[in-house]
Amino acid sequence: MNTLILRTVAPPITALMLVFSVFVLLRGHNEPGGGFIGGLIAASALAIYGIAYGVSAVRRAIRFHPMAIAGFGLLVATLSGFVSVFVGVPFMTGLWIYPRIFGVELPLATVISFDIGVYFVVLGSIASIALALEEREFD
Amino acid sequence: MNPFLRSVTDRNTDAMAVPTTAPIDLSAAMVMAPTALADWLVIAPMALMITLGAVLMMVRHRIWLHGWIAIPGLVALVLMEGLLVYRVAVDGPFTMTAGRWLPPFGISFTADLMGSLLALASGLVALAAGIYGLRDIDATGRRYGFYPFLLLLMAGVTGAFLTGDIFNLYVWFEVLLISSFGLLILGSERQQIDGALKYAVLNLLGTTLFLIAVGYVYAIFGTLNMADIARQANDYRGTAPLMTLSALFILAFAMKAAAFPVNFWLPASYHTPRIVVSALFGGLLTKVGVYALMRVMVMLFPVEREQLSFLLAIIAALTMVIGALGALAQSDLRRMAGFAVIAGIGNIIAGVAIGGVPGVSGAILYSLHSIIVMTALYLLIGEAARIGGSWSLQTLGGLYRDAPWIAAAAFVIFFAAAGLPPFSGLWPKIILLKAALDIGAWWLSAAILISALILTLTLGRVFLLAFWRPRIEPSAVPSAAGALQRSAPLAGLVAIIVFFGIFPDLPVRLSQEAAATLADPRAYIQSVFPTGGAE
Repeated sequence: MNTLILRTVAPPITALMLVFSVFVLLRGHNEPGGGFIGGLIAASALAIYGIAYGVSAVRRAIRFHPMAIAGFGLLVATLSGFVSVFVGVPFMTGLWIYPRIFGVELPLATVISFDIGVYFVVLGSIASIALALEEREFD
Repeated sequence: MNPFLRSVTDRNTDAMAVPTTAPIDLSAAMVMAPTALADWLVIAPMALMITLGAVLMMVRHRIWLHGWIAIPGLVALVLMEGLLVYRVAVDGPFTMTAGRWLPPFGISFTADLMGSLLALASGLVALAAGIYGLRDIDATGRRYGFYPFLLLLMAGVTGAFLTGDIFNLYVWFEVLLISSFGLLILGSERQQIDGALKYAVLNLLGTTLFLIAVGYVYAIFGTLNMADIARQANDYRGTAPLMTLSALFILAFAMKAAAFPVNFWLPASYHTPRIVVSALFGGLLTKVGVYALMRVMVMLFPVEREQLSFLLAIIAALTMVIGALGALAQSDLRRMAGFAVIAGIGNIIAGVAIGGVPGVSGAILYSLHSIIVMTALYLLIGEAARIGGSWSLQTLGGLYRDAPWIAAAAFVIFFAAAGLPPFSGLWPKIILLKAALDIGAWWLSAAILISALILTLTLGRVFLLAFWRPRIEPSAVPSAAGALQRSAPLAGLVAIIVFFGIFPDLPVRLSQEAAATLADPRAYIQSVFPTGGAE
């Protein structure tokens, strides 16, 4: 879409939405949010950028094919489930570590890495669909 | 307060607060016993398939890598499932509940003999199809994602066989359904989209009905864990509409399995994709439907199965006769094979209708046989069509002279598919016939025999026309490239068919044990709730 207004605001909106999607992803562990909704927001950000600048610009910007991103997410999520084999607990058990980074205790868990995997799966698959739909108009 | 909720809040505060405070008693909500490494066998097949499927998605455009990742993965799958069958046969069913939550709150994966045997058989045909696909799937098909879809399909199929949770069963159905859509339209030809549409609509209707039934199950029982439902079903008999529920399940699974009144999607779609995809579908997908039917009707609602057995028997008889007649009427080999799959489904449902250990063991044995034979039949048709240059019986000919080894394989596979000795199709048919006669259902035995007779005629006609008849018009000799990748899977499957036809002791004994555990699920329930579980 070739309007000046959209082309001007699309980059900041895209950047803002991407940052916000990460915020929603991390917030989601104890409050509303999470990987699924975060991934949707990120995919919408890419879709907006695609509407303003064309699909090839988006494909260049994200470097990897969206389906490869989805595959990466699936891999991260599954491997998160596998971590529990080293602790002697069943598949997908939430495991926590509490490293101190700059004096701040940071709770990290396989639950979070699983959610990050979900984020990439949703981002990749929805972006793949959205970009395919946007591309068709110019055929 | 619900112990499950309490432990969740405890855990969250635990995460927020300093973790070194007084320990919390988690035993009310979680499995405290350490998990043995061997217990991972029940979850490792799906996890491996999803992991490798994800890796293949990441390298989708580097097609030379696909075979190197997928084939070792499928070999590992078969090995794991072999170990699984061994362990279950020796020690009985075992369970792993994901996330460590006590069942029925956590999602349990329970391997019993029926599930692991079917998983092993499906792993074998997936390996065969994967190897055959090295030659049958061209670069375009690979770029569309044949191997990622194949592995994700196997995750869905294996997950369906091994899950112990009825909603999770629905999820695995969706996984395999979505992967099968991808495989169906590999290459996006017009005819494929047409076939895929029919397949998609009917299957989505089926899964939706299944989901509605699962919703009813949750409303009635308040649990989705199959072991939990099985042990509670007696308390609800008479007060809850279990009959309606069973009828809904039967309709949903009959759609999946392509049983008689809802079978028309199968011959309308299975001839459109690449032959190796048809082979996978013909071997696996309908069997997942009948597996679910056996699991739900025999293990969860045995009383309702008894009451609906006459209906099931009529469905079975009609399915097998109409499947066989449909096969006889076709001249396209792929459509013929589609109807042959349906005839097999009729035999399996007959076993479910007869019930008891004899009937159900016949059904399980027939499912195992059918997974192998139907895949082999489609692969054989693929080879015949490649050498003969046509799918149609009207133009094929002279294969006996051109490819004697293919003719020998055809002889074995046709005999097995029709249920003639000395190959693997004979034994399940004998068990089913005997079981039907024992309960006095002579007309069901007659239907089994008539269906077998018509299938013999059909396949005999194929052999006569495509193999013995001299070639009508000379066609170009196909290239011999990749002969090993094409013939090894077929030879492997034929070897299995011959071996278990001559030495049927092991599968017959295993399927009888599997049927016994299914009909009397105490060991299954015990493995999920070793101490009675959370109430």
